[in-house]
Amino acid sequence: MSKILIRGAKVLGGEPQDVLIDGDTIVEVGAGLPAEGAEVVEAEGKVLLPGLVDLHTHLREPGREDSETVLTGTRAAASGGYTAVFAMANTFPVADTAGVVEQVYRLGQQHGYCDVQPIGAVTVGLEGKKLAELGAMHESAAGVTVFSDDGKCVDDAVIMRRALEYVKAFGGVVAQHAQEPRLTEGAQMNEGVVSAELGLGGWPAVAEESIIARDVLLAEHVHSRVHICHLSTAGSVEIVRWAKSRGIDVTAEVTPHHLLLTDELVRSYNPVYKVNPPLRTERDVMALREALADGTIDIVATDHAPHPHEDKDCEWAAAAMGMVGLETALSVVQQTMVDSGLLDWAGVADRMSFKPARIGGATGHGRPVSAGEPANLTLVDPAYRGTVDPTGFASRSRNTPYEGRELPGRVTHTWLRGRATLVDGKLA
Amino acid sequence: MQRHLISAADLTRDDAVLILDTAEEMARVADRPIKKLPTLRGRTVVNLFFEDSTRTRISFEAAEKRLSADVINFTAKGSSVSKGESLKDTAQTLEAMGVDAVVIRHGASGAPYRLATSGWIDAAVINAGDGTHQHPTQALLDAFTMRRRLVGRDAGLGQDLAGKRITIVGDILHGRVARSNVDLLHTLGAEVTLVAPPTLLPVGVETWPCEVSYDLDSTLPKSDAVMMLRVQRERMNAAFFPTEREYSRRYGLDGDRMARMPEHAIVMHPGPMVRGMEITAEVADSDRCTAIEQVTNGVSIRMAVLYLLLGGNEPAVTHSRTEEK
Repeated sequence: MSKILIRGAKVLGGEPQDVLIDGDTIVEVGAGLPAEGAEVVEAEGKVLLPGLVDLHTHLREPGREDSETVLTGTRAAASGGYTAVFAMANTFPVADTAGVVEQVYRLGQQHGYCDVQPIGAVTVGLEGKKLAELGAMHESAAGVTVFSDDGKCVDDAVIMRRALEYVKAFGGVVAQHAQEPRLTEGAQMNEGVVSAELGLGGWPAVAEESIIARDVLLAEHVHSRVHICHLSTAGSVEIVRWAKSRGIDVTAEVTPHHLLLTDELVRSYNPVYKVNPPLRTERDVMALREALADGTIDIVATDHAPHPHEDKDCEWAAAAMGMVGLETALSVVQQTMVDSGLLDWAGVADRMSFKPARIGGATGHGRPVSAGEPANLTLVDPAYRGTVDPTGFASRSRNTPYEGRELPGRVTHTWLRGRATLVDGKLA
Repeated sequence: MQRHLISAADLTRDDAVLILDTAEEMARVADRPIKKLPTLRGRTVVNLFFEDSTRTRISFEAAEKRLSADVINFTAKGSSVSKGESLKDTAQTLEAMGVDAVVIRHGASGAPYRLATSGWIDAAVINAGDGTHQHPTQALLDAFTMRRRLVGRDAGLGQDLAGKRITIVGDILHGRVARSNVDLLHTLGAEVTLVAPPTLLPVGVETWPCEVSYDLDSTLPKSDAVMMLRVQRERMNAAFFPTEREYSRRYGLDGDRMARMPEHAIVMHPGPMVRGMEITAEVADSDRCTAIEQVTNGVSIRMAVLYLLLGGNEPAVTHSRTEEK
């Protein structure tokens, strides 16, 4: 591999600097570095971030290759500036054995666009009854450390307690999809003023908050750490804030869409806005932004959930839940957090790279942009303004809620261990 | 008037009064020996029913036939829908056969809205009830019935329901009739009170343009019309209320309670009634109960809606009278 000189980039949004990559490693960071023998990438006005890390991606392979594959999903990830994604376990078959997680891991390695770190199911078949072979998945080539039944909640308190305890043996973490199942039977959207008018089954905030409250208390009791997936309500923020103040080892993520969109959009009955947990209210959105800024919420995770067109081109109740997010995440975060003044680019690096890598144990990712570190990097043009056009997505699916919406910023380059996966906005 | 009728909330006061007035004209047709107008001759209307609802379908069918439309009835049972065909494909297939209007009943809230706004078809869409969302022609026929009874058949023309006190009792949470009625009655100037056990009221009801009460007895003396909604017995299995008996004791309308209503006040029911549950036979069969009238009025209202959405700007009845001469 040859040398690359990234010239004049604002590293983590700071003063312009040059960054020299040799092979798979950053060898020098400073002003006026010599360009000899290096391919030069002019980066004036652009922001250089550590490669983004997504702790919550649905790659759909194996089983639903009509919506996404490891190849198309990792190409979408590279387009969005990601160098590592954690692939959720709700595939067909479920990633509840060493065999499935190894397959997904190897596909990621083989395609080379983005590291794929499989997440293992907590329970067999995501059924919430019996622990999956968590240790075997950890010891497999995939080296699983994050376990989640995402899509379903580990609602049985005893199973949850055991899972929290068991994974401590190998430094694992359980990522909970917090959704009390009985309170959300037939749920179609956030329960509140809008659901009352639209006549759609309500998904009450308390169904999320009660599980989070229980799980932070369980984590405290058994001295484990717990991660909360896609936190979506102001009340959940309060519970996590309280838990952290008590010293409970809890981390939490928020999706880009919960930072921007509200349940008012459901008035269109357009299922592109149907997602789980559902879009909440303006008050929740503001609380989530504030919590991400003050660190109560640790990270942004996309919950990239591809679905084929026919699963969204129908009536609301029949539609699948979920949105694609990898290719728009950074733009949404720029709009909601950076351009609003809540977070600087160093904060974005922290919430979208450093911390997710640390929570998931993704070694080699989420490292500082400095000499000797792996060259996993993302170059962003924050001045760019464009309208989201899903036909240009690398993802196999187009179910974005942002179609036609103007969003700021654009990822122009992504490097995975020194290899460019995205150049001038085009996949390499 | 708009191109579609999806929600009672989409109607302005003037739209609604126009529909009620047009329905009065249509009702006069029903009094004639030949109850038919040529207004929609050559137009095709499909009744697209994904949910069983014999009474609503028959009412629309009668209205369509009285306006001389060609009528196609489509029910999901035994059709390609039961084999997995999507709403979009079904609608496009029907439209390809040359349909001018689609009257749709669907179990999913918002399905008619999707049909009207997704660019799937060009035909006018009339919502005949969607999930727990809306049933605008029901609200219109209810308002029509109230105006006739509380204002007067001739005196009511051009009038709304300003100041009338309407109480709606029963399962508000799972009901589309209550939602549509609250929207339309509010638009028409009526004062609406919803009465139900708290379990059968949606979270968010506090923002609706109406009062909410858990106590039927205190509301009855202040009502010009009391509308009883059907309560499905299965609801008690999901702990919405303990038993059928307890429900009727607290929220059912019997003779004693009816006696507490003002003398002029009417009892309404959209049907089907569960006698012994929300309403006793004594009340259902009394002169004050307008359930049967509502059915009759439903045909007039649906004629008016079809005429206004499809029939163009010419007056409906005057025009046809000229033709008859």
